[in-house]
Amino acid sequence: MSRYNIRVAVSFGMMFLLLLMVGLGQSWSLCLSIVNLCLISAIMAMGVNIQWGYAGLFNVGIMGFTALGGLSAVLISKESIKEAVNAGGLKMLLAILIFSLAIALGLYIHRKFKSKGLVVVVLLAGYFITRYFYLDASQSIEAINPAFSGYLGGLELPVILSWIVGGFLAAGAAWLIGKISLGLRTDYLAIATLGISEIIIAIIKNEDWLSRGVKNVTGIPRPVPYEIDLQQADWFNELVSKFYAGSLDLLPVSEQAIALRDYLSDASIVFVKLCYSGLFLAVLLLIIILASLALNSPWGRMVRAIRDNEVAASAMGKNVTQRHLQIFVIGSAIAGVSGAMLATYNGQFTPGSYIPLRYTFLIWVMVIVGGSGNNLGSVVGGFLIWFLWIEAEPVGFWLADLSTSFLEKDNYLRQHLLNNAQYIRLIFMGAVLLVVMRFSPDGILPETNKKL
Amino acid sequence: MPELTDILNSIILLLNFVFVPGLAYGSQLALGALAVTLVYAILRFANFAQGDTMAFSTVITILITWLLQKWGITLGSVPTALLALPLAIIVTLIYILLTDKFVYAYYRKQNSKPITVVMASVGVMFVTGGLVRFVLGPEHHVFADGARFIITAREFKTMAGLSEGLAIKTSQFLTITIAILLVGFVFYFLQKTKTGKAMRAYADNQDLALLSGIDPDKIVRVTWALAAILSTIAGVLYGLDKGFMANSYHQMLLPMFAAVIVGGIGSPMGAIVGGFVISFSELILTYAYKKFLIYLLPEVLQPDGLVQFLGTEYKFAVSFVILVIVLLLRPTGIFKGKVI
Repeated sequence: MSRYNIRVAVSFGMMFLLLLMVGLGQSWSLCLSIVNLCLISAIMAMGVNIQWGYAGLFNVGIMGFTALGGLSAVLISKESIKEAVNAGGLKMLLAILIFSLAIALGLYIHRKFKSKGLVVVVLLAGYFITRYFYLDASQSIEAINPAFSGYLGGLELPVILSWIVGGFLAAGAAWLIGKISLGLRTDYLAIATLGISEIIIAIIKNEDWLSRGVKNVTGIPRPVPYEIDLQQADWFNELVSKFYAGSLDLLPVSEQAIALRDYLSDASIVFVKLCYSGLFLAVLLLIIILASLALNSPWGRMVRAIRDNEVAASAMGKNVTQRHLQIFVIGSAIAGVSGAMLATYNGQFTPGSYIPLRYTFLIWVMVIVGGSGNNLGSVVGGFLIWFLWIEAEPVGFWLADLSTSFLEKDNYLRQHLLNNAQYIRLIFMGAVLLVVMRFSPDGILPETNKKL
Repeated sequence: MPELTDILNSIILLLNFVFVPGLAYGSQLALGALAVTLVYAILRFANFAQGDTMAFSTVITILITWLLQKWGITLGSVPTALLALPLAIIVTLIYILLTDKFVYAYYRKQNSKPITVVMASVGVMFVTGGLVRFVLGPEHHVFADGARFIITAREFKTMAGLSEGLAIKTSQFLTITIAILLVGFVFYFLQKTKTGKAMRAYADNQDLALLSGIDPDKIVRVTWALAAILSTIAGVLYGLDKGFMANSYHQMLLPMFAAVIVGGIGSPMGAIVGGFVISFSELILTYAYKKFLIYLLPEVLQPDGLVQFLGTEYKFAVSFVILVIVLLLRPTGIFKGKVI
């Protein structure tokens, strides 16, 4: 076994052991929650790794792309609000049509007549007509039962479909950004992604007719069975009583029924999470297989050649900007898929929770720590950093508590430290990123096929 | 036809809600953008930590101000924060030089790709943002003291005999005056002093500058010093005007970058012009023109709605759209910055 293979085996083994410890020491339900979020994080990290590791494209707006995925989970799976659709659906559709028409017309005029003035006139006129219909439509939609709905709802399709749609939505946004800013200075893309993600979040927070805004959407339908149905299903009852037969037999007959009920509720929670793990693992494996096939193909070699020496690659006739655009779109699409998966798993879409620290920065730390350019590295990074992130919160609080325990309960400094302990994570994660970038830029699993 | 007083009222309305705030916000953006563009020209990377550095220096100023107020030292009608400025600049400079020593210097020596340094600056941004939030939390703090207004709306109304008032806040007046003085100083420094000339030479052609015996470490230090002065003053003026909130400083990053790119990246003049372009576009597009039109239009034509191009919640969309337009039409910016 080569040294690299040992590294892979050891890092995955360690991760497995850590999770096993959580399972045995805390609870299997918690362990599976961590595993599921680790799997989603690993997919997000893969998306970023494709952009940064394969092509050196810096995306500061991952948050926006994952939010688009989350939005698609809502739009695909929630039941549609008939009254709202009747009240404003058509007008909203009209507004969107006029807007797209104005942009299409603007583009056509730009291509055909090269007149900037005319383009501006067309776009402005389109904007005002759109705005007229849009204001009317959004008001009438938001007026319908605002406490419970106040939005259009979704298409009532299976939620799994939204994973694909989320990918496409994110890809569309990425294409737009990439088309504008790629081919110019490399930091323009970073700035543009920062901008688009802020705007996506602003839209999701403020357009109540679309996403209910900060009122949140809860109860996104699940792709897996509900606990309560499982507990009532005969096959599940049999399975659980067989599984726990040993410990049930030790109890007196009178207590067996009560014990079985406890086992059933625990087992149903674990079972549901296991179903999610299976789904997420399938997506992760699919993406890993596709990514490594792509990376080892002629296309992958071209991409790495471009990353390592753009001038030489373009001298060989490779279209650098086009490849960059391709990779940027693919990576963002994966971020969109993972965002849809996350919203599905949480069962809710909460626009207020999209903060850069959690959705942009943490993912970056995963990629850098795991090893940029290495897909398995991103997976290890995703697992490890998410694990630390979850387990670091109580530790940070405990440290703040301990270090001020000599002070009185209502001491100002102690209160302040305890209140703001959460920001220590921000400082800590920033420091991890800087230290790893500087002292171990290869990460845990270095890129394997660096030499062409 | 509207009467003369109506026309005057409508003009005062725009002056009060668009022009004066635009001038103040534009000056704050311009100072921040000037820091970004100087760092860009000399150190050759887009500094994502700029917004949070401004927040950091403002936090230091606030802490010193609170201490001064506790000791009973104030400046009368002028905000005490101005007294705290010099010390805050020094602390900020020390912090920036530390980040340079431990983070950026390494990549400079390695001759890393600019994008790697940008990423390191994102790391610095998060550490700085964490420090800021750790000290003052995410809440809104008002630290301006002294007289709030130079002219209140009511004083103006009685003076001019109009129904619309033009209020000028002390913070707005201070912002504009200090910005003019500071920009004058920076330009004098860059154009006339020996160090300033060396900086420009270094920005223009690094190898040639090194060849003619310019000390690169000194250039870097002076650049960071200018950035510290500009960031601290921009941050404190913004905080005096709108109050301190960690997140709003972080979100100033996009308008500042947009200002730099609009003006031409690496061009000091461009950063200033860009700052005003962004601030006025933001205010013109998010201002509700209802009242303005009521003054000017006959009753039949008066609008029911707010007559707003964009809701205020989308104000960063303005910077972004301007950024996109510039990237599409003239990627070098107004003053021909570096694009490749």
